[in-house]
Amino acid sequence: MWYRSASFILDQQQNDGVAKPESRLLSPTAPPLSMAETPQQIPKISAYYQTRAAHHGVVTSDWLAQAQAAVGRQADEAVSDDSLSLKSGESPKAFSVIDEFNNWRKQPELAEAVAAIRALASVIRSSEANTMMELEIELKKASDSLKSWDTTSISLTAGCDLFMRYVTRTSALEYEDFNSAKSRLLERAEKFGEISYKARRIIAMLSQDFIFDGCTILVHGFSRVVLEVLRTAAQNRKLFRIFCTEGRPDRTGLRLSNELAKLDVPVKLLIDSAVAYSMDEVDMVFVGADGVVESGGIINMMGTYQIALVAKSMSKPVYVAAESYKFARLYPLDQKDMVPALRPIDFGVPIPSKVEVETSARDYTPPQYLTLLFTDLGVLTPSVVSDELIQLYL
Amino acid sequence: MEARRVPRAVSDPKVRQVGFFAPGAPPDRSQSGPPHPASSSPPVSDISPSGNSLSPVMIPPPRHLSADLARGPHFSPAAPLSPMRAARDSIPVGSYNPSEFVAPTASEFTDDALSPNWTARRSNSGKFASSLPAGGFDMSSLKQNNFPASSLTTVSIVNMPPGITEKDGGAGVEVQKERSKTGSKASSKPLKEQTTKAERRAIQEAQRAAKAATKGDGSKTPAASSGLGSSANANPGKAAKASPQKKDNSPVAASEKRGSDRPQDKDRKKDVPHPRMQFDDKSRVEKAKKRSVVKQTEAKNRVELFRHLPQYEHGTRLPELESKLFQLDPVHPAVYKVGLRYLAGDISGGNARCIAMLQAFQESIKDYSTPPEKALIRDLTSKINSYVSFLIECRPLSISMGNAIRFLKSKIAKLPLALSESEAKAILLSDIDRFINEKIILADKVIVRHAVTKIRDGDVLLTYGSSSAVELLLIHAHELGKNFRVVVVDSRPKLEGKLLLRRLVGKGISCTYTHINAVSYIMHEVTRVFLGASSVLSNGTVYSRVGTACVAMVAHQFRVPVLICCEAYKFHERVQLDSICSNELGDPDMIAKVPGRKEIDSLDDWANSDNLQLLNLIYDATPSDYVSMIITDYGMIPPTSVPVIVREYRREHLWT
Repeated sequence: MWYRSASFILDQQQNDGVAKPESRLLSPTAPPLSMAETPQQIPKISAYYQTRAAHHGVVTSDWLAQAQAAVGRQADEAVSDDSLSLKSGESPKAFSVIDEFNNWRKQPELAEAVAAIRALASVIRSSEANTMMELEIELKKASDSLKSWDTTSISLTAGCDLFMRYVTRTSALEYEDFNSAKSRLLERAEKFGEISYKARRIIAMLSQDFIFDGCTILVHGFSRVVLEVLRTAAQNRKLFRIFCTEGRPDRTGLRLSNELAKLDVPVKLLIDSAVAYSMDEVDMVFVGADGVVESGGIINMMGTYQIALVAKSMSKPVYVAAESYKFARLYPLDQKDMVPALRPIDFGVPIPSKVEVETSARDYTPPQYLTLLFTDLGVLTPSVVSDELIQLYL
Repeated sequence: MEARRVPRAVSDPKVRQVGFFAPGAPPDRSQSGPPHPASSSPPVSDISPSGNSLSPVMIPPPRHLSADLARGPHFSPAAPLSPMRAARDSIPVGSYNPSEFVAPTASEFTDDALSPNWTARRSNSGKFASSLPAGGFDMSSLKQNNFPASSLTTVSIVNMPPGITEKDGGAGVEVQKERSKTGSKASSKPLKEQTTKAERRAIQEAQRAAKAATKGDGSKTPAASSGLGSSANANPGKAAKASPQKKDNSPVAASEKRGSDRPQDKDRKKDVPHPRMQFDDKSRVEKAKKRSVVKQTEAKNRVELFRHLPQYEHGTRLPELESKLFQLDPVHPAVYKVGLRYLAGDISGGNARCIAMLQAFQESIKDYSTPPEKALIRDLTSKINSYVSFLIECRPLSISMGNAIRFLKSKIAKLPLALSESEAKAILLSDIDRFINEKIILADKVIVRHAVTKIRDGDVLLTYGSSSAVELLLIHAHELGKNFRVVVVDSRPKLEGKLLLRRLVGKGISCTYTHINAVSYIMHEVTRVFLGASSVLSNGTVYSRVGTACVAMVAHQFRVPVLICCEAYKFHERVQLDSICSNELGDPDMIAKVPGRKEIDSLDDWANSDNLQLLNLIYDATPSDYVSMIITDYGMIPPTSVPVIVREYRREHLWT
């Protein structure tokens, strides 16, 4: 702060007091990438982005190292979870949600949240609880362990929460007979899984009206929903052009352009810093979202915010495609007001250890920079998101 | 999620409706008004054969015609309707049609007039059926059309007989006479029921304009009323258009209004909260004065724009009221005490005032016994009403108090008749306790729990004035060991921030104290602004202590997030765009005098100079653009979601 003010002195004092613990806190993250390969760095990496990297098949040298470490960690966790469920004594055959979840997750087309929803449904199926209360507790435990498996994934947390709301908030719980109540629950759970699974198709259908012939679309990041939207548009013989950002550091844009080239859609690759340069040619911006928050803003891959800012200043519409299971009860006030999701960055050259590297993987785009959200609930303005969330959660 | 969507889909039409809709009416209802008067007014009667038939619901006066003609474009929707009307002669639609199209006999008519509600409803529904197929209407133009039509009805009755006799000759006259006796009340009443608040406001405005014309002191009042008109989203142009027409026969209109105004007022009480008393309306003020317990001298030199708000000379009321302690039997001592403390300014702050009032009511309910031959429900309600009007005289109610009173009244009204008096009293007492605990105390705790997650180590928090919720939050965050600093911004004349500052410093929180003049200077080092609110209105506008808007705007300019802590019981479904139409005026002496500074007390005799007006506003309205987040007991929501909370939770959680 280079302003001088009466309380500047106070600030100084306080900073002095705070600085020490802060620097201690920062020290593990401060040594940059040269340290990234060492094992103690690995727990810092967002599991969400590991999964994405695995699905998208972007293999970098350090990714391999992390993946190996991650496999070890996952195994550990699975074991601990097994022991946990054994301890609880409710499922003697040691059914693990995490295993089930990982099983579902192997399908690359299946979103993480949908995998979680499927896994939770199978918890109900294999549960041997005798009362509704037991079943609910069991379900709660399963969803908690899923959530704690990866705290950085917003859609996983939101998906689990929504599942609990959707499945357990039903009159089915008032059935006399436990078995019929359980089958009703299972029915609801499967229905929810089905809805979540179909969400992408619905969004693709809804957004067709917004893509017109001859338009130029800027996309950022690799979003399966956005890809589905564009694929549907291409299948409907719409003529459009895609500007695709490179998407450093995991080069998601390269993969997306690859997919689009297969669909015979004209694609142009931009480096991330060329967005403002080419914005005047663009008719609309299309992005996905890691999570949609209560204010109606989105949390998405790093760079979305600046693209939205540029688009806003050039009056271009910014459309977000996001399934409703990504709606989370979060309300970040600014960029730092989020659970950090970190990710290593490969600069190609060794970075001196004194240089700090910003490793955050995502940013928050406030609602005033978004035009519309395409969700399976319909095409929403950002302010409606909170409306829906209140209805879902309260 | 599909199952969740289904119930929404059912309620959708109700929720999404916009504009002038009567509560509980089907959305297309507003169409019924305009075509009807149109069809029976002369110019259109040429087109439609049935135009000459009597309309039992509403007879447009000759003036109406000219008004309609003046609004030519809006009038056109009537034309496509005429074939429909012709067709209806042969095919009766709706139960009321026969009497509408066959020349009515006198007996039939009186029947209808005697059961006004029923007829109104039936005839309306009949017309919906007929007017609906005539689609292709421009809804907006219809709405506009509907609005002046109903605004004129109160006067229309007077002029009706000549207009009809011209048209219809002998057949209708008898009926009309019949009608002018019984019908004046009946015909206006059902119509009133379907007017919305805005329309009634417009009626009021038009009436006031008419009255002003009769009194002949023209210049001032119409100006004020048209200024007010802008707040009721009815366009003032319409009201203004109506008023000159009224002047033609204003003596009649004014005298008629007296009669028709009463039942309308009665109706109004039932569904919608009473519109605020406009203190620039002289006759009403006179009437209110006669009723009032407290003798109040009105302050002179009030600011032009704020004449509709009450303002009294300070210090004149308290001794007066104290001397009357033993003469005022209807007011319970506990209520009396609270009233006096409001007046003296001992209790301030939305929550404190609300809790004090509720506890006084509790006391009075404890001591209450139903007088012989009266029902508890009715008698207690009227008692509470008299207490409330006493409290209003002491100080205008805050919105939170209004909501609490509404809660209490609905509780009383819903008491089962079979209960004994003591049981009913016990239920009411526990209800009030529950309200205080759940809606205020517990709500504050929940708010603090939510808000504390937004305070990080190293933050500099700014607060303005003294808000109880924010104080709890800061103390709680400090107890959690968070490392932060507080900037308390304060302003004259109340300097409430000093008390807050004293308590915070006492807890060991490091604080900076400054006045609002320095807010733009201090803002750059602030990372969060926490503010309290007196109320949050349904367009997200925050209604709070004067100065809040200024702080919020400066914070917005500096890109500092503004967080409002407000309990959900303070939410109100009203919409307000400025701080003028509803506000409270404080004692102007407070800003004229600076205690302890004799040398600048040059305004001592300000009241005697005609060209000086002092304005001491209590509240202001902060537009929702400057608010990042509202923290309520239902969680953290954006200001755009306030109506959602009001819609989803008020009905079942607060007013039941």
